[in-house]
Amino acid sequence: MTEFDAATAAVQAALDAGARYADARVMHRRYESMTARNGDVEELTQDESIGLGVRALVGASWGFHAVPDLSDAAARDAGRRATRTAMASARVPGPSVDLVPVEAVTASWASGCQIDPLGVPLSDKGDLLVDATRTMAEHGADLAEGLYQIWDTAKWFVSSEGHRIDQRIRECGGGISATSIGDGETQRRSWPSYRGQYGTTGWELVESLDLAAHAAQIAEESRALLTAPLCPAGETDLILGGEQLALQIHESVGHAIELDRILGWEAAFAGTSWLDLAQLGSLRYGSELMNITIDPTIPGALGSFGFDDEGSPAVKRDAVRDGRWVGVLAGRDSAAMASLDYGGSVRADGWARLPMVRMTNVGLEPGPHTLEEIIAATDDGVLMDLNRSWSIDDKRLNFQFGCEVGWEIKKGRRGRMLRNPTYTGIGPLFWRSMDMLSGETVSWGTPNCGKGQPGQVGHTGHPAAPARFRNVRVGVSA
Amino acid sequence: MSGPTELELAGQVVELVRRLGGPAAQAEAVVTRADLALTRFANSGIHQNVSESTVGVRLRVHVDGRTAAGGGSVVTADGLSALVERTLAAARLCPPDAGWPGLTPPMPTPDAPPVDEATAHAEPDQRADRVGAFVAAAGGLSTAGYCRTAHRSSAFANSAGHSAYGRSVEAAMDGIARRDGVDGVARRSADRLSDLDGAELGAQAAAKAQAAADPVELPPGHYEVVFEPAAVADLLQNLSFYGFNGKRYAERQSFAEPGAAQFDRAVTVVDDPLGGSGLPFDAEGTGRGALTLVEAGTTRAVAHDRRTAAEAGAESTGHAVAGGATWGPMPRNLRLTGAAAGPASAVARSTTGAAAGAVVDADNAALVAGVRRGLLVTDLWYTRVLDPKSLVVTGLTRNGVWLIEDGTVVRAVRDLRFTESYPRALGPGAVLGLGARAVRQPDRVDGAWWAAPSLRLASWHFTGGASG
Repeated sequence: MTEFDAATAAVQAALDAGARYADARVMHRRYESMTARNGDVEELTQDESIGLGVRALVGASWGFHAVPDLSDAAARDAGRRATRTAMASARVPGPSVDLVPVEAVTASWASGCQIDPLGVPLSDKGDLLVDATRTMAEHGADLAEGLYQIWDTAKWFVSSEGHRIDQRIRECGGGISATSIGDGETQRRSWPSYRGQYGTTGWELVESLDLAAHAAQIAEESRALLTAPLCPAGETDLILGGEQLALQIHESVGHAIELDRILGWEAAFAGTSWLDLAQLGSLRYGSELMNITIDPTIPGALGSFGFDDEGSPAVKRDAVRDGRWVGVLAGRDSAAMASLDYGGSVRADGWARLPMVRMTNVGLEPGPHTLEEIIAATDDGVLMDLNRSWSIDDKRLNFQFGCEVGWEIKKGRRGRMLRNPTYTGIGPLFWRSMDMLSGETVSWGTPNCGKGQPGQVGHTGHPAAPARFRNVRVGVSA
Repeated sequence: MSGPTELELAGQVVELVRRLGGPAAQAEAVVTRADLALTRFANSGIHQNVSESTVGVRLRVHVDGRTAAGGGSVVTADGLSALVERTLAAARLCPPDAGWPGLTPPMPTPDAPPVDEATAHAEPDQRADRVGAFVAAAGGLSTAGYCRTAHRSSAFANSAGHSAYGRSVEAAMDGIARRDGVDGVARRSADRLSDLDGAELGAQAAAKAQAAADPVELPPGHYEVVFEPAAVADLLQNLSFYGFNGKRYAERQSFAEPGAAQFDRAVTVVDDPLGGSGLPFDAEGTGRGALTLVEAGTTRAVAHDRRTAAEAGAESTGHAVAGGATWGPMPRNLRLTGAAAGPASAVARSTTGAAAGAVVDADNAALVAGVRRGLLVTDLWYTRVLDPKSLVVTGLTRNGVWLIEDGTVVRAVRDLRFTESYPRALGPGAVLGLGARAVRQPDRVDGAWWAAPSLRLASWHFTGGASG
């Protein structure tokens, strides 16, 4: 029995039990991670998981059931249970459910991969982390940590409309962090970001990060931060590095444009959105430099795929154009409810989870400047980079971020390091204050986006480059 | 259930390690079957309704002084062999593990709480009916939330001859009612689905939402606060993960100083996994039991697994988790002990007019009655740590904030952002009152919970208003 056979059996059983639509995903994922600390491997884990999840629509109600067994009997039972669960949903019905049309295709897709990350010898991968963490420890870090993670996922999707799609997506990445511990506080510096940079690529991404080459510098900076002056409190011009801006996009744009949040489907947990569909196409989200795209077609970015988890092909769309809000992240049912004609952003984090609206690659198109030009044009401000903490309200408006490091900017020059830099603001006001944007774009990968009940962890990508924001409140402290 | 039991599977995995890795190979295996179901509603209708029947195997091996871990969902003979082979191969390629603490020796397994079979085998209709009751009790307000049930059957075996078996069940419900964009919330975790009353929770959420109408914006600053149990749960969770974590303690990243009077004398915190919905052993097979972390304001202990215990010269406290070498052992069943007699009896004047419904019980009423000027806070949201050692956290209020003046809740307030050191806010002299009744709040995953009464604190640093 093939994976397609199991998925087909589950879909047919759901239909036979009374569903008007059903789809099923078989997923086979291999995962490997290694952590190192202070020159020793700390933990090596290798997981392998195979299972099937089936989704059934009865009237206006969905049901979902998942099993780790691909036998015909188990697949059919899962289909029947999904339909039975959908029927139970009808005891507290919601509005009618429609699905925007998607062409039923038979297709295969695979992400690019030059060096199979699971094929690289463990000893080589271990040496990389051991050497980097040893160097950090030798250069003053009290806690020198390194990490890589690899996911190799194969999916087989079948729907009652005739989809038959298989995909193989390989993702990997890694990073290092140095923590120095002082009297009553800690300071951390990371490369290229805390817990690393990730993409839908092979091991070549990790090699390109050149972890060892940056180990000594970040260790020394973490130590120096313990005695650096505090980031001053007040309003100033803020320059954000690309890694921090990627998270700013993720939190204050990506989640805000999720259609399920806008429709209230996440109201009790992840929250809603300050955006009102009535303003789609007219609302000014940010300055005219702000052009945000939803683009799962970017080669190598972490949020890339060939088809989403309900069979919609990857398509690039605008979310914000010239500062105006024009697009959302949607699925087939949420789009129909909002009278939109596209889905394409629905994914599940495994075979045991219901597909839901998730970010793909949501990021800024490049701007006309460079970081050095932005610094040179800033008379008085602070440059912050690499995220250390993030918090935003349930409407995705009021945010506060902390960064690992700040630098004083005076008269167009980068000055001394500042410790405990934080900034806070309101999303649209902040984005409207962006007046310079670099073209030095990197597609940052975020492999830990939490959403949904039961919880799901999404992998998202965020093209971003350094940018300047005017009159931002910085230096918030306890 | 057909096929081998969890204990038989765990034994098979350990035997495979012995056969393939040699008699000196050390192994521990955990096999868990789980039936998890969650019925989710929004806009007063069920929109996501999911269930899963899963099995998982976790294996850790120590061979020739080297350690590796693996996991899988395939429990056929071929699947188990593949898991063992790749985990042994991984271990052989790892560098030596100088901190390997050895396997848990044979020991008795504590008695787990009794399992409610009705909850273990709850049907989707039963969850849907509780959702229906919540929606109906909200009196026409828009509602959202979930009702979930979880049943785990788990076995442990290791090559030192130790084995253990246990089951756990949990039911939880969490929902909001909305009025004009403001929310009221009610949530509970219980050992039995029958202990969850959807109508009671829906009515409470609706009353809170009605009382939260027309909020005003207050300036940031230091305010005296009364935190309801949902808000206190966030304090407990952050104290646990960042403070009472034996790995972070060993790394000097924790605020915890066992033996020091770090908290107000009113604060006693106990991790009590067998107090509800807990398995009787941890990922290393160590028996779980109550651990007093703070006693009358004095920090008494941090949580250990075998590795952190060995480093500290202590014994494991039964807090090993999968991935613990990286994340460290974390208590996940904390109870802040309520005041023996509770605060003064309920005071009727604690609510007036439009704010009626903000105060949900006698504990809150009595604590509010003592506040000259402060805030009643239902819930905290999106809390993130700025510095782990001082445990400075930023986050926001959610699901209802009210201004208290002269012992009376006078009106609703818009959400506020705070930046505060949790240990400092709970420090000596900082706790002005505790409720008597600890209310168990569910975690995002079953099996973890945070039980607390309402709590009155002298000062909380709000660093921003809703508009910045």
